[in-house]
Amino acid sequence: MTNRSVLSPDALRALLAERIFVLDGAMGTMIQQYKLQEADYRGTEFADWSTDLKGNNDLLVLTQPQLILDIHRQYLAAGADILETNSFNATPIAMADYDMSHLSARINRESAALARQACDEYSTKDKPRFVAGVLGPTNRTASISPDVNDPGYRNVDFDTLVSAYSESTHALIEGGADIIMLETIFDTLNAKAAAFAVLKVFDELGYSLPVMISGTITDASGRTLSGQTTEAFYHSLAHVEPVSFGLNCALGPDLLRPYVETLSGISECYVSVHPNAGLPNEFGEYDLGAVEMAKEIADWAEQGFLNIVGGCCGTTPEHIKAISDAVAGLPARQPKQKTHQFHLSGLEAFGLEW
Amino acid sequence: MRQQARFINVGERTNVTGSARFKKLILEGEYEKALDVARQQVESGAQIIDINMDEAMLDSKAAMVRYLNLLASEPDISRVPIMVDSSKWEVIEAALKCIQGKPVVNSISLKEGIEPFLYQAKLLRRYGAAVVVMAFDEKGQADTKARKVEICQRAYDILVNQIGFPPEDIIFDPNIFAVATGIEEHNNYAVDFIEATREIKGLCPYAKISGGVSNISFSFRGNDPVREAMHSVFLYHAIGAGMDMGIVNAGQLAVYDDIPELLRERVEDVILNRRDDATERLLDIAAEFKGDGSVAVKEDEAWRAWPVNKRLEHALVKGITDFIDQDTEEARLTVERPLHVIEGPLMDGMNVVGDLFGEGKMFLPQVVKSARVMKKAVAYLQPFIELEKAGTGARAQGKVLMATVKGDVHDIGKNIVGVVLQCNNYEVIDLGVMVPCATLLQKAKELNVDIIGLSGLITPSLDEMVHVAKEMTRLGFDIPLLIGGATTSKAHTAIKIAPSYQHGVVYVPNASRSVSVVQSLISKEHKPAFLERVNDEYDRAREQHARSRPGEKLLTLEQARANKFQLDLTKVAPAPKQPGAHLWQDVDLEVLRDYIDWTPFFLTWQLSGKYPAILNHPEVGMEARRVHRDANAILDLMIQQKKVQGKAVFGFFPANSEGDDIIVYTDESRTVERCRLFNLRQQLQLRNDNPNCCLADFVAPVGSGIADYIGGFAVSTGFGADELAAEFAAQHDDYNSIMVKALADRLAEALAEYLHMKVRREFWGYAPDETLDNEQLIRELYQGIRPAPGYPACPEHTEKGTLWQLLDVEAQTGIQLTESYAMWPGAAVSGWYFAHPDSKYFAVSKIGIDQKDEYAAKKGWSLEQAESWLAPNLG
Repeated sequence: MTNRSVLSPDALRALLAERIFVLDGAMGTMIQQYKLQEADYRGTEFADWSTDLKGNNDLLVLTQPQLILDIHRQYLAAGADILETNSFNATPIAMADYDMSHLSARINRESAALARQACDEYSTKDKPRFVAGVLGPTNRTASISPDVNDPGYRNVDFDTLVSAYSESTHALIEGGADIIMLETIFDTLNAKAAAFAVLKVFDELGYSLPVMISGTITDASGRTLSGQTTEAFYHSLAHVEPVSFGLNCALGPDLLRPYVETLSGISECYVSVHPNAGLPNEFGEYDLGAVEMAKEIADWAEQGFLNIVGGCCGTTPEHIKAISDAVAGLPARQPKQKTHQFHLSGLEAFGLEW
Repeated sequence: MRQQARFINVGERTNVTGSARFKKLILEGEYEKALDVARQQVESGAQIIDINMDEAMLDSKAAMVRYLNLLASEPDISRVPIMVDSSKWEVIEAALKCIQGKPVVNSISLKEGIEPFLYQAKLLRRYGAAVVVMAFDEKGQADTKARKVEICQRAYDILVNQIGFPPEDIIFDPNIFAVATGIEEHNNYAVDFIEATREIKGLCPYAKISGGVSNISFSFRGNDPVREAMHSVFLYHAIGAGMDMGIVNAGQLAVYDDIPELLRERVEDVILNRRDDATERLLDIAAEFKGDGSVAVKEDEAWRAWPVNKRLEHALVKGITDFIDQDTEEARLTVERPLHVIEGPLMDGMNVVGDLFGEGKMFLPQVVKSARVMKKAVAYLQPFIELEKAGTGARAQGKVLMATVKGDVHDIGKNIVGVVLQCNNYEVIDLGVMVPCATLLQKAKELNVDIIGLSGLITPSLDEMVHVAKEMTRLGFDIPLLIGGATTSKAHTAIKIAPSYQHGVVYVPNASRSVSVVQSLISKEHKPAFLERVNDEYDRAREQHARSRPGEKLLTLEQARANKFQLDLTKVAPAPKQPGAHLWQDVDLEVLRDYIDWTPFFLTWQLSGKYPAILNHPEVGMEARRVHRDANAILDLMIQQKKVQGKAVFGFFPANSEGDDIIVYTDESRTVERCRLFNLRQQLQLRNDNPNCCLADFVAPVGSGIADYIGGFAVSTGFGADELAAEFAAQHDDYNSIMVKALADRLAEALAEYLHMKVRREFWGYAPDETLDNEQLIRELYQGIRPAPGYPACPEHTEKGTLWQLLDVEAQTGIQLTESYAMWPGAAVSGWYFAHPDSKYFAVSKIGIDQKDEYAAKKGWSLEQAESWLAPNLG
């Protein structure tokens, strides 16, 4: 890691007040295009690994770093201001599927280092590029039982999540992350544990990085997988005082729109969105073209919903280029004034007008 | 009480120190029932629920965690925020680790000094909780106004100025103590609280005031009416002074204005400490008001005492038919004409139902139950209306004519749409199933309907819908046409149907959507804009379709054949243990219950989620459990009283493939062709070098020297189902009528699954040792496939005709084929058996002209016939 200055939350806020930032697009669906085989995933280091490794996309930062760098560069060339590290499934919990929990820190660190390298290549004074260290949701849920016969059972708890996320956060920062991003949150309790860990790590380091939070509305019911509405989700994590709150994945821009509007209407933080390129078709592919997607997103920007926008599953550098062009010059949304209104939440938000 | 409008009720009954009943349930481990206590609090209006497990006999931490985790699976309870109530920090922290929302912690204080207070407050912030701070410091609990104010102000200063705790998330509890205890120093406690509240609110901006209200009346234990009056009077004044929330028994708050005047005056004297003898004077009259219980009656009985119109509304919303005749009669006697009951209270009630459904507060099964209540009420009124010869009935908002198209028998979705529309005051004329276009359009003219709705499930129905649209154009119709059903789609509607009719063709993806669509189309004002929007959407869909699938490339049939699936001839399955045809005349349906795949059943009711997880889904879980229970009751009826019957015919025959055909032989000599199955081959260029499959590829070819086999089957559990559904419909019970059909469908699928297992293990017997549970069966983890003609691997429906001949299906079982090759009864499944371990499901998808022409020649079809039957695959 070079001797860069730390990006403070307020410094990022100042930049976001000026213009709409562009986030990169999908990593997973891009990797698919390379049609990697088992051997490609393994590389030499893991040639004899005991489990199947095909599909372990996060491992590619160790075994195919040039490929990941290449994707990062494509997104930067398309105009992305912020790169997400290739660490979505890299927590020790998710890595347990491949017996690779002990490699988790190394993968996180390397994912950040690769994004760092790409950003440093493209960064200019007028258009600095930033690395968002991604903490994914893990493959377990702290507030939903995996056993229908025992709704009180849990296969992961808060403390386990905190410990895993702490390790990943440290590693992402060591690797050169400017921002920590909790994304694709489908169980808010997991995210609360992640945030708890991140704030703890900041205490340990003696400085804070900007935090981005992005939840996932799983279907047209307008709820997260764990049942919360957009508002309830926001109030459950507002204490983290992130630089941005947002939504990503699961839906294309058309179906996501009402929830983006809701969030934009309440958020005292900046608002980020990175939708999928539509819903998957019957072949599991995403059809929404770059132009249509950018058209909808340009309208969001015109309505003043947006501060940071990018793409999730199915989006490509072509999408990011179109989005970047579409929002260029459009005004950045101004966060809501702090009101000191009292809010609580269960699955639904509870508020008291003052 | 206007002041109460912004007062927050915190439910108090889920507290082991405050509720003997709750404590008993928790100590006995009756967590299910303990959840009901919370549910009852929420239903009674608690906006937050206070949960307390501080009991010496309990592992408080474990009980708290268990209870909260269970609560998380109850969406009707966990929709509200939680107040974690404990005096033990470790219990509080354990609780915070189980809560996804933003809770309140009750409470922390300066009792142990500033250090632990700061430590705890910082952590609470990190867990994202609001906090109740008790007016308690190193010197003790504050009782006077001055002490209350002093402690709260100090705590506020530490929290806000030292650690930046958001002031709006601080809630002070300045201690509510009992009054009227006979001890003189206690007499001013209520006044101290009320006055301290006023002052703290002024000194500590955005902070809130809360308290445990029932403490105030502690000395009147056993006399609930007096206690409730005390709570109500106390709150009236405390809220006026600025109290924001209180821990109360949400179901048990008297309305200030409803308290008898004498009681209210004496209670007020006590609360406000207005006279020295206030306590004695309240005691004097307390006995008079001592009732046998509380003012709160259990809700399920309470509604019977409401005015009749309110009762009708309640019955409609809750779907209760028990009193409907009686209440309808009562309503009839209050109006001039029987029709007015329908137009008045019943329609008002259904509007409430419609609104709740529209807002997502009611689910589809509940709405269908509401419709059952409505229909029963209308049926009750019918004789009176006829007697009066009043004419045609209530003026509906509009008339919708619905039908399942010619050749198709599937009507569950259509029936649901019909019910939902009726609930919204549209007149629905349902022509049933297999309705020829001419009949449909003739009826539409005759009845002067406003909208026509078409439904269908099998792919040939899509073509029939195009036909109807063309006919409507030819006959000069100008009313909108709605399209719905499992194989219909926005894309198909936009590309194939809409261009054939200019006056509005609207695809309706589900029943909930049907209401808003019909509403927009009936309204003269909204219709043009709505249709314009729909047309824009279709333009986009067409555009997208036109250049969809970049890289999609069609191979020539020759190229596709060259890339056929290569069968491993060393793994061909052994000869069937029991060759030839077999018949099951009367299947034991009880056995099939265990093989039901419930997930699609819930989808029928628009409850989406995988079974069994859906039963605990935070949003629809409760409704899913209810429908599941109702379904099992109907299954009992269907099975135990033999209301429906299941039949199956199946068999295995010598076969070999020749090109894309499969030849079925008369016998093992394999010299005479009994029949020939024609198959389609995938023609799109596939990724990752996947082969271009055809079902014939899974059978050993002629000349390979291998004696291979193919199987076929047809099953139905629909015998008697239509009759039973009609019985329910005649009783105005659409809910159970739809239920019967949906379950018959599930049983047919279960029979197909069960039969396939028996075939693999016994009849063909190539996998005698297979042991799979139902989940694994649903995921098709077995060897071999059973593709059905009309589905993706063999999408061309007329091949069912060959299957019918081969197994003599109609004569053996009574399952018939319609002109579109739909099966009757509708609850039926048929298909082919392939046993090779490498055989797999695939989708033929788009085919080329070359394959179409060759296939047509084999089948002896005209060009037109070929284009019609192969339409779904011609793009």
